[in-house]
Amino acid sequence: MPETIADDSVGIVETKTTHFAEALTLECDKTLAEYDIAYETYGELNADSSNAILICHALSGDQHAAGYYGMDDKKPGWWDSAIGPGKPIDTNRFFVVSINNLGGCKGSSGPNTVNPETGKYWGPDFPIVTVKDWVKCQYRFMLSLNINHWCAVIGGSLGGMQVLQWTIDYPDLIKHAIVIAAAPKLSAQNIAFNEVARQSIMSDPDFCDGHYLENDTVPRRGLMLARMLGHITYLSDDAMRDKFGRELREGKLNFGFDVDFQVESYLRYQGRSFVDRFDANTYLLMTKTLDYFDPASDYEDNLALAVKQTSAQFLVISFTSDWRFAPERSREITKALLQAEKRVSYIEIDANQGHDAFLIPIPHYMNVLGSYMLNIAKDLS
Amino acid sequence: MSQAIEHLKGMEKGSLRADLDIIAGWIKADTKVLDLGCGDGTLLAYLRDQHNVLGYGLEIDLFNIEVCVEKNINVIQANLNDGLKAYFADNSFDCVIMSQTLQATEQPDLLIEEMLRVGAEGIVTFPNMAHWSARLQLGLKGIMPVTKNLPNQWFNTPNVHLCTLNDFEILCQKHGIQILERAVVDYSHKKGSWLTNLFPNLLGEIAIYRFCRHQ
Repeated sequence: MPETIADDSVGIVETKTTHFAEALTLECDKTLAEYDIAYETYGELNADSSNAILICHALSGDQHAAGYYGMDDKKPGWWDSAIGPGKPIDTNRFFVVSINNLGGCKGSSGPNTVNPETGKYWGPDFPIVTVKDWVKCQYRFMLSLNINHWCAVIGGSLGGMQVLQWTIDYPDLIKHAIVIAAAPKLSAQNIAFNEVARQSIMSDPDFCDGHYLENDTVPRRGLMLARMLGHITYLSDDAMRDKFGRELREGKLNFGFDVDFQVESYLRYQGRSFVDRFDANTYLLMTKTLDYFDPASDYEDNLALAVKQTSAQFLVISFTSDWRFAPERSREITKALLQAEKRVSYIEIDANQGHDAFLIPIPHYMNVLGSYMLNIAKDLS
Repeated sequence: MSQAIEHLKGMEKGSLRADLDIIAGWIKADTKVLDLGCGDGTLLAYLRDQHNVLGYGLEIDLFNIEVCVEKNINVIQANLNDGLKAYFADNSFDCVIMSQTLQATEQPDLLIEEMLRVGAEGIVTFPNMAHWSARLQLGLKGIMPVTKNLPNQWFNTPNVHLCTLNDFEILCQKHGIQILERAVVDYSHKKGSWLTNLFPNLLGEIAIYRFCRHQ
């Protein structure tokens, strides 16, 4: 909990919601007649609306990217380390927009909201949305703010995939694309991990075929397991060794199946706390969104061809110990961009935190991001 | 990166260093250029601003990379051998430049071949081991040369493949590489005098070559 708000914090923020009455047809051919988008903004839009930046969130992220909701908050937004006055994404220079993607569980229309047609929770009937759908939705949202282009779209992991999709679907409406710890598509191993996560949720007796909210219950054990599994893939072997080693929670082995090692305790805590803040159907949906992402598939499986039309300049960043979306995956993106003769820089940050490193303010990472953003700001006028 | 290279790359202040100035003069406007070991991006920034060149740099030093990003240079973090192979298609550049790095690479001959796979032309610069001061140290004192240009001792030098102008030209001949232009500069990167140009292998401290595959 912050006793005082730091000078480089965006301070107290609030989530707003925009209702869209215009129907949105999704890639799955289903149509949402109307929907809500929850969002936050930081900084001020300039006179010619040229300084707007879209932040795209990852699997378990949301619109609360920076600042605090109140002085009682334990933690700021998920990317507070990078967004704020004087920070790399400087809110003194940029108007930063962060939205909860469709299908999310933090205020935008999704499985945990009510379907206006039936008056019941959407639950498992909320259509599966794709990255392409999200980007279309983000485009409409951009227009709703009277903005006609983003000076940058920035995201890590699944967020980075949205950035890539922006350059493909709206090639002229994005000047800079910052793609962090992402991949051009998921590997079989990535999909396998997602499937185990989904199975753990769906096999929980409290899942009730996805209708748990109507039954006034939550598949706690399943969602907790899914998060525990996910968390292992977010950390590196080294990071786990550094953080926990084989440290015992009670200093001795208990010769039972309860927690012996600190790492077990940590994972259980992470799993439990996730259940309190996340919706199981959203988790199912977003892992599918990840699995389906493959923008090159519309372009003869040629990513270079997919990005050919864009005028955006790219910054691609990866982290050495990330094995979920390893540097090799970012190199694939970089190679395609080079083949397409796009302006691109590729930086591989030396970090032992695994995939999670993209959320950590590692000095070299923040310096590169800050310098890049400063050049964008210089171009503004 | 070696002290020698750091030293050479750090020398430019204000106007473009003489060797880079020569290279810049050889690069045509509106072309696409790759700079291997681009350092702090000085040459690429100059080529972009003065000649409208679409430039990319390969670099491994973190500090240099940060400076490149500051200068809005397209910089790819990669080492030369892996980077060239991993990222670049055949004939994707008009010119591939390697400044003051050749002598520190594992297999200079293969790297030159790679440069000409990726680019239509190549430009390299390297310290000349046949400069008179190096010759004096080896010939008279019988020790491995340590010069202002090559400040490291034999046991700690990163320059594992030093050569002379003659050596380089023999290599080019063997590999079917045509030398298009040659220049030499001295340690302070001043352009060579008429005398230096008459005896480049004796008086030139830094050699600069532009070359292509024999037509």
